[in-house]
Amino acid sequence: MSTVVEVALHIVVVLAAFLTLPLLVGQMEHKAMAHMQSRVGPMYAGGFHGWAQLIADGVKFAQKEDITPAAADARVYRLAPAVALIPYLVVMVAIPIGPGLIGQDVDAGIFFILAVMGIGVLGTLMAGWASANKYSLIGAVRQASQLLAYELPFVLAAASVAMAAGTLSLVGIVDAWEPWWLLWQLPGAIVFFIAGLAELNRPPFDMPVADAEIIFGPLTEYTGLRFALFLLAEYAGIVVLCLLTSVLFLGGWQGPIFDSWVWTLAKAGVLAFVVIWLRVSYPRLRADQLQRLAWQGLIPVALLQLLLTGVVRVAW
Amino acid sequence: MVDQTRSSGRGAGLLKGLGVTFKTMTKRSITDQYPDVKPELPPRSRGVIALMDENCTSCMLCARECPDWCIYIDSHKETIPAPETGGRERTRNVLDRFAIDFSLCMYCGICIEVCPFDALFWSPEFEYAEFDIRNMVHEKERLVAWMETVPAPPAVDSRAEEPKELIAARKAVEKAAQAPSVDDHGEA
Repeated sequence: MSTVVEVALHIVVVLAAFLTLPLLVGQMEHKAMAHMQSRVGPMYAGGFHGWAQLIADGVKFAQKEDITPAAADARVYRLAPAVALIPYLVVMVAIPIGPGLIGQDVDAGIFFILAVMGIGVLGTLMAGWASANKYSLIGAVRQASQLLAYELPFVLAAASVAMAAGTLSLVGIVDAWEPWWLLWQLPGAIVFFIAGLAELNRPPFDMPVADAEIIFGPLTEYTGLRFALFLLAEYAGIVVLCLLTSVLFLGGWQGPIFDSWVWTLAKAGVLAFVVIWLRVSYPRLRADQLQRLAWQGLIPVALLQLLLTGVVRVAW
Repeated sequence: MVDQTRSSGRGAGLLKGLGVTFKTMTKRSITDQYPDVKPELPPRSRGVIALMDENCTSCMLCARECPDWCIYIDSHKETIPAPETGGRERTRNVLDRFAIDFSLCMYCGICIEVCPFDALFWSPEFEYAEFDIRNMVHEKERLVAWMETVPAPPAVDSRAEEPKELIAARKAVEKAAQAPSVDDHGEA
């Protein structure tokens, strides 16, 4: 009986984190982006500096009509937002936040997370194909090419950390982590973070949804709650990426003075700020630039990182 | 060779871009929070045209010069009794109606330029939107009320020519000061 209660409690906590953290990131994006562009951002919703803007947005989305285009492949079209969103929820379960603070410790945590995160992208592909819209299709194809290019360095960089720690368990990796890894695994960390950004379609890697060229790519036809779910998936993706980067490369809950889940969240928060910062600072990459960055930049660096990790591991 | 310098410059540019956005974030944003905070407009803002009706002689110059014909003036003549017995009776114009149709006005300011008696002024006031275009004709009372919002004229530039009024006044004073000394000479 107690295990049932425990599982239920874990699920509730993870779900609560899943629903609030993306909103926090979204609000930070609203405000940080505004101030980086010398604006003030939302100021009215909720009374104090527009803190309730995203809640208001959610209410607005819920009120909108749910439209399925006549020519669309209705079942796939309706399923796509769920396919995009749920993997991130599942991934959240397996990410450790603090010592013992984890939804469910999975032995091969890295494998599990990388595999499940790959499914999330499938939702965008489904949306693009099922919308029966040429812009959506172009966006989906761009998404597919981007996925092919960036999944490889993403996995390679994660593999480097797993190799360094000698375990595939996320908890094990954090336990094995030492501060000098910051330098040792730095190239891998950068590759992992950039490739993760590209998988999430965050600017400057937002070519699949490039709103100035192809309206909103695979999301063009979506309205109301289904569109909101896609947006939520994007921000949940940021949360997952930032938590993963801090767990794999920045030592998770290890910190100066004391070890606590506060450190994990603080590191992830700083990374989320960097995600927004990059979005504001850089223009969108063109298709060829995107491919060149992945194949000529990130993948060689990730392979060299693997080599470095292997050499250091053997030599030690 | 050229390619190399470009690629090294690109990395610096990326960092510079991050620096620019971060620096902007630390500075105060330039947003005017308009309905909550009134904007500070420059003194010569062309918001609305205000009327000082005491100065108006109903000469109709503004109405005639207006390219849009958006100024409506009605007046009648009034006779003022002679100030002293045997004097001549004077007539003067009394302004009955002075209205500007701001749906036609193109804010050129010719009426203000052309007014010989300084009866029209620019005011920076701009909050007089209406839901119906027919309500954009504003009558004398409203135009006079806007006089309160007319800012004091900007100070004359320190190296500018002295205003003509001041020159005339000073000359008059000098003349008055010289006149008694001429008398002195005459007596001596």
